[in-house]
Amino acid sequence: MIKESNLLAERAVYREVVEAGDYYLRPLQQGQTIRILDLEGNQAADTLFYNAHDLSERYSAIDTIREQGNVYLSAGSVLFSNEGNPMLEIVADTCGRHDTLGGACATESNTVRYALEKRCMHACRDSWLLAVAENQQYGMSKRDITHNINFFMNVPVTPQGGLSFADGISDAGKYVELTANMDVIVLISNCPQLNNPCNAYNPTPIEILIWD
Amino acid sequence: MSETIHYQDSIPGGCHWSMVLKKGLTLRLVDEEGGANVGMLLYNPNNLLERYNAPDTLKCQHTFKLTRGNCLYSDMGRVFCSIVEDTVGWHDTVCGNTTKKIVAQKWGERRYQQFRNDWQLNGYDSFLVEVAKYGLGKKDLAANLNLFSKVSVDDSGNLHFDGTAAKSGGFIDLRFEMDTLVVLHTCPHPLNPAPQYPKKPVGFQIRASKSVADDDLCKNHCPENRRGFRNTELYTLGAA
Repeated sequence: MIKESNLLAERAVYREVVEAGDYYLRPLQQGQTIRILDLEGNQAADTLFYNAHDLSERYSAIDTIREQGNVYLSAGSVLFSNEGNPMLEIVADTCGRHDTLGGACATESNTVRYALEKRCMHACRDSWLLAVAENQQYGMSKRDITHNINFFMNVPVTPQGGLSFADGISDAGKYVELTANMDVIVLISNCPQLNNPCNAYNPTPIEILIWD
Repeated sequence: MSETIHYQDSIPGGCHWSMVLKKGLTLRLVDEEGGANVGMLLYNPNNLLERYNAPDTLKCQHTFKLTRGNCLYSDMGRVFCSIVEDTVGWHDTVCGNTTKKIVAQKWGERRYQQFRNDWQLNGYDSFLVEVAKYGLGKKDLAANLNLFSKVSVDDSGNLHFDGTAAKSGGFIDLRFEMDTLVVLHTCPHPLNPAPQYPKKPVGFQIRASKSVADDDLCKNHCPENRRGFRNTELYTLGAA
């Protein structure tokens, strides 16, 4: 569902451009709203959320899918934790549909999906593991790298049970906004994948904006 | 799969169990009465950080449903096991588990103090108890399989639970391509609309697998699976 935001960029309390292939790891307070902005179009933002006060409570794709009875995320979707608590709600979305089935790319899954020789190409799970290693104040490890959301990514499922990574439906300037129902940590990999259409074969920057 | 059954037993409905299945074994799970559900998670017993990864499994085989010909992948690009036989045709891996709250809302609470072992366990707590036996906890629960449960999606993405898929006598054969810790529960699927908590027993049989031929169905299901098998062969190189 397309729903535009009334928030003005110049009133944001925080802005950061995240280059393709980099990560973003920062807290978001209860009541704050975060916008993820697709600056140049068709850019997957692989995203995980954690309860800032207990990182073992985290975004759960399976609980979110089941509770809303639908596999796609858009405005109105409530993101549930593995404890069954609402963590964030998507309050605006000019893209219309986001994926939470496809997971994140990894060097190992790249060998399976594309070619054994692709094992040394940069991947989202490497970005997350670097984020974990460079931010030891959070006490995270590989156990915290779980089943994510792919904002701006289009993974249609058919009634016959097919699933594919399709051309993106996002475009330059499209965005998604979420309001936090609890204090959370946001971990994003701005996807470096070069082998499928999720980034239009050309990874580009995203921008993060936060409002109180 | 050879005809000799090395071990067989039945797990009552609403219970949990775990076991390590070695490379070269095939596990048959049987829906004894119809309407069963088996929640399942897979781990590498030699590196518990390597575990079943539903997104990797679905995307590399371009499928939302799991059935004969599909492989179940770890997050490390390897094949834990292959679905070599399947009479059900569609197994879910995106709907997760019942929780204490879901069971209470759908079927009411049945506490141990009153009902003893005829209580009503939930899938989430069952997994927590079972993985704790290996030093794992809630951080280690990935998106699980729900074997015997068909959940399709319409054109708008809405989920539809199909209660007719799990028939009495239905079975699935999992051929293990590497040593695998199998954690399972037999609690109902969270979308099962049954008026009473469905307690459906699941039989299991363990046999030796036939050797994997060059023209093996699962290995050749798609080019991705050939590469997944290659990764797994490298990992098990030199093993007895």
